[in-house]
Amino acid sequence: MDTTFLEYLVFFAAAAMVLGGAIGVITLKNPVHAALGLVLTLFGIAVQFVAQEAHFLAAVQIIVYAGAIVVLFLFVIMLLGVDNAMDLSIEPIKVQRPLAAIMGLGLVALLTAAIVKADSATVLPDALGDGLDIATVTGDSDSNIKQLAENLYGDHIFAFELTSVLLIVAVAGTVVLTRKWPRNQEIADADAKSSNTSGTSK
Amino acid sequence: MIAAIEPSWYLILAAMLFSVGAVGLLIRRNPLVMFMCIELMLNAANLTFVALAIKLGDINGQTAVFFVMVVAAAEVVVGLSIIVSILRRKPGATADDLAELKG
Repeated sequence: MDTTFLEYLVFFAAAAMVLGGAIGVITLKNPVHAALGLVLTLFGIAVQFVAQEAHFLAAVQIIVYAGAIVVLFLFVIMLLGVDNAMDLSIEPIKVQRPLAAIMGLGLVALLTAAIVKADSATVLPDALGDGLDIATVTGDSDSNIKQLAENLYGDHIFAFELTSVLLIVAVAGTVVLTRKWPRNQEIADADAKSSNTSGTSK
Repeated sequence: MIAAIEPSWYLILAAMLFSVGAVGLLIRRNPLVMFMCIELMLNAANLTFVALAIKLGDINGQTAVFFVMVVAAAEVVVGLSIIVSILRRKPGATADDLAELKG
């Protein structure tokens, strides 16, 4: 068995997972099924990351996306009880879907043309990086993680520290947005009580 | 002997995934599913970053993906909490029903 053939097999199987899951997300009626289609896409992307020697990102993709974000989606779907099938035949703007399909095909055509054109162009030496440590070349199976760690905690340490601020802001914002404020609740209860008593006294 | 897989193949796959996400964002009306389409587009961008990191031999592309994942996690948390508070007020609301800020 040729290794190139195996690479082809992995690429096309993972590409089918990615695109099949994505089409599932946009066509399935039930939001739970759409979330499962999203899981399929995310696993396919993780396989493509492994195929491109980005081992750490593949692990993070599974842990963060499939493990946390999709679970959060499913949690919200169950919390709100919207896990029933929706009627997709309703189309508020008549020509929207054909136009959206045309736009999608046009976007694929444009991007593919740009990629093919850029592929034949020569890369300037300034644009090239210092080279990627690939596990099969360096002989160290952790070389991707080590190189990424040196880059992240070296060149990008300030941005990395700022992400902690971002996450704190996101947590605080979520609490503020979804909390039922007790003070407003008491005011609402008092309003309801006073309107009830005024109603009975008449 | 067939040629090895080129980085541009991954870029074309990412372009197709991005377009599917964009079309989904336009045709779906459930806010949760629209959010999933945004995730699809973010993943397409991540795939592009990793493919170009290989093509140009630059680890910064993979670091950028790491930061995109952090921002995506924060964005999902805030976005879902907005959707929860909207759907609590109006159960079964679609994107067309959310016109409260209209003047």
